Amino acid sequence: MAFSFKKKVEAAEVSTSGENAIANKEIEGLSQGQIVRRRFFRHRAAMISLVTIISITVLVFTALDFKLFGVWKVPGWWKWTPEDLPELRFGDCPNDTVGCPTISFRPKFLGGNGIGFGDHPFGQDDIGRDFFALVMKGTQRSLSVMLVIGVIGATIGTVVGSISGFYRGKVDAILMRFTDFIITIPAIIIGSVVGFHFGNLGAMFLAFYLGLFAWTGLSRLVRGEFLTLREREFVDAARVAGASNRRIIFKHILPNAVGVIIVSVTLLMSGAILLETALSYIGFGVVEPDVSLGLLINKYQDSFTTRPWLFWYPGIFIISIALSINFIGDGLRDAFDPRQRRRISKKERQESATARKLAQAND
Amino acid sequence: MAAFILRRLGVLGVILFGSSFILYNLAAISGDPTADLKLSNDPNRDFLVASLTRELQLDVPPPARYFLWLKGVLGVFVGNPDFGMSRDGSTVAHSLALAIPVTIRLVLAATIFAIILGISIGIITALRQYSRFDYSMTFFSFLMFSLPIFWVAVLLKEYLAISFNNFLQNPNVPIGWIIGIGLVSGIFWASIIGGDRRKFWMTFGAAGTIASGLIAFFSLTGWFLDPSLGPIVVGAMAVGIAYGVTQLSVGLINKAALKSSLTMAAVTFVAYYPANWLFDKFPNPFTIILLASLNITIAVFVALAFSKIDRGPIVRTSVLTAFIAGGLLIVDKFMQTWKPYMETDAINYRPVPTVGQRSDLLGDEGWWISNLDVATHLFLPTLALTLISFAGYIRYSRGTLLEVLNQDYIRTARAKGLTERTVIMRHAFRNTMIPLTTIMVVDFAGVVGGALITESVFGWSGMGTLFRQGLLGYDLNLLMGVFFITATLSVVANLIADLLYSALDPRIRVGSGA
Repeated sequence: MAFSFKKKVEAAEVSTSGENAIANKEIEGLSQGQIVRRRFFRHRAAMISLVTIISITVLVFTALDFKLFGVWKVPGWWKWTPEDLPELRFGDCPNDTVGCPTISFRPKFLGGNGIGFGDHPFGQDDIGRDFFALVMKGTQRSLSVMLVIGVIGATIGTVVGSISGFYRGKVDAILMRFTDFIITIPAIIIGSVVGFHFGNLGAMFLAFYLGLFAWTGLSRLVRGEFLTLREREFVDAARVAGASNRRIIFKHILPNAVGVIIVSVTLLMSGAILLETALSYIGFGVVEPDVSLGLLINKYQDSFTTRPWLFWYPGIFIISIALSINFIGDGLRDAFDPRQRRRISKKERQESATARKLAQAND
Repeated sequence: MAAFILRRLGVLGVILFGSSFILYNLAAISGDPTADLKLSNDPNRDFLVASLTRELQLDVPPPARYFLWLKGVLGVFVGNPDFGMSRDGSTVAHSLALAIPVTIRLVLAATIFAIILGISIGIITALRQYSRFDYSMTFFSFLMFSLPIFWVAVLLKEYLAISFNNFLQNPNVPIGWIIGIGLVSGIFWASIIGGDRRKFWMTFGAAGTIASGLIAFFSLTGWFLDPSLGPIVVGAMAVGIAYGVTQLSVGLINKAALKSSLTMAAVTFVAYYPANWLFDKFPNPFTIILLASLNITIAVFVALAFSKIDRGPIVRTSVLTAFIAGGLLIVDKFMQTWKPYMETDAINYRPVPTVGQRSDLLGDEGWWISNLDVATHLFLPTLALTLISFAGYIRYSRGTLLEVLNQDYIRTARAKGLTERTVIMRHAFRNTMIPLTTIMVVDFAGVVGGALITESVFGWSGMGTLFRQGLLGYDLNLLMGVFFITATLSVVANLIADLLYSALDPRIRVGSGA
């Protein structure tokens, strides 16, 4: 009995040391950045999400005419624009509806219309506007709003958080009270007030003002990170060597905090797209004649029973974007986490065990 | 400690003052409340504008008007708060008093469900880390994170409410559905229980057969039209609850706890008919409260009678069993009310509503029916809110538990030879709950503010609707009233969270930091 127990312990030791050996061998001689990148590229869900989000971005920004700096017009590949008013498609729609989608995934030999886009892949709205063009435009809006909120939130959050975490004392107290100040106001409420007053100035203004209120969580995180990092030995070493505060912040602390920042910015962005669509849905965000995914859903939710495509397509785009960004954030978190170990598969473990045995035999 | 709380309260006061000042002025400069009156063709237009100006003191510039508003609100401290008048002539305090219970009713059940479900699933996924169940729950929670609530709400209305109501016209479950439900529940339970391949398939078979059999039985007997549990099923479920609670709380090895829990199950069984008689005779909340306290008192005495040493955990187990089993009686009573409820003219066999907070057509049909009506109206919003918010709890409790399981004290506990149940429930779970508790408090305050969208989708008139009304009508007093409540709630919740954290975790000292 005692013997078998001992054997078990030995076996466990061998297997953990084997795992460590595999994990260590993989990262031998690599820089931190390379390790993180490698771990991220190995995260399957994150990679699928990255591909998805890139394809969506390319799809929506090339589909319609795009004005570069307001001067050069890059023509889009899609034949309609959201302003065009083609004739409503009557007939051959289910249940006597109008303007049904022409997109088809069923090949001809299975009795379908063949794989193709057709004239109006996502159907047409009440007055005949092409819904594909509208969804493309709305997704453009949502993506740019998300990006602007992310950039502004990340910048303010990082600056406020790092200053208050690095200098502590009075500066910290004042900045953190200011942060509390912004946190007091629930996001949706400040969003509605801001959206209601600035929504008609265009989506970019809305995004800008929302970004001004979206940085609070990030700044708290960054502050915490700075408070721990500034006590570490390498910061002391840099200070003794005569580095200025600026150099310590930018060259020594910030690179170490960048993981936390990137991860929470991705989460901030996925929250931002949901906030924007929700605000547009209740009428306090992007307003007509501009187009937004939330606005489209709000407008056509009552026609769900008769023309469900007007509800499905904008929703699918919102969900795919938010889901992809969440998964990318998850992948980044795993990649930056130093405690994260890859699961070593049975095959690899066997291979390394045989390799070790061979090495022992050779000795 | 007292000094710390006082100092924090002082800071909070300053913060609330500042943010309300900013919001007031932001809202005030954005629009003129009299604008739509000035555009109207009403002959006594000028008079209306003048009276509105006088009533809302619009001739005072906004920064000064803010202090007039503040003076009224500060009446809270002398017991006479004055939130001012809203545009339609009613006092804001009155509108708030009507709206707050509605919003709380909307979010309370959803928050509780989300917490219980989220934490249990989070713990199971952490214990079965890297299993298929873990992966599918991770995907599911990310999906729920990414869903806009207004979108889910429309889907639920269409597919759940309307389809279920159609189904009730002719409640026969098709054979395909019976098999499908069996498969899904088999996979679900088998992945939760885990074990080797043989155990997996056994659990799968058992759970699947039971689920399919139950659904088929319900379908054949018309149970969906006239559901009830009856004394036998209530008794059997109570015994099951007794075993489950005892296993989770102290372990089945503790005979005294098992005996007292089983006794409480028996008490529930015996009390079935008397309790039902009381429910019919005196249909009001006091009966329920009275029976519940009686039940708990009996539970305490039974536990004391069975136990000799270490009485605390045994009393806890017995009270918990009695409480849950007693809840079955109330659920059963509501199920019995289902048929008369559906037969009323207002419902007419379409019980799941898609909008509103109660059926206006429903007359005075008694306490049980009107409460069942409230419950059916809560069903969809609660489901939507729960789906959206419990994903966060899954992720958070999973992460925290995994962190806790890596601690040295868990290794010590295992090395001492404690059972896995003790290690998980007593050492790991309790430490997981420390950060979770503080999150829950803050979350609840946030949910009240965030009910804006849910209310607008489901047509409820709570705080969110008031806020919307205030914003659209440039109704400053109304807007600020709602803001005052939500901001105070969130600030106080943050303070409570800090205090709770230090109370639960002695390593954290209050007052050392800010």
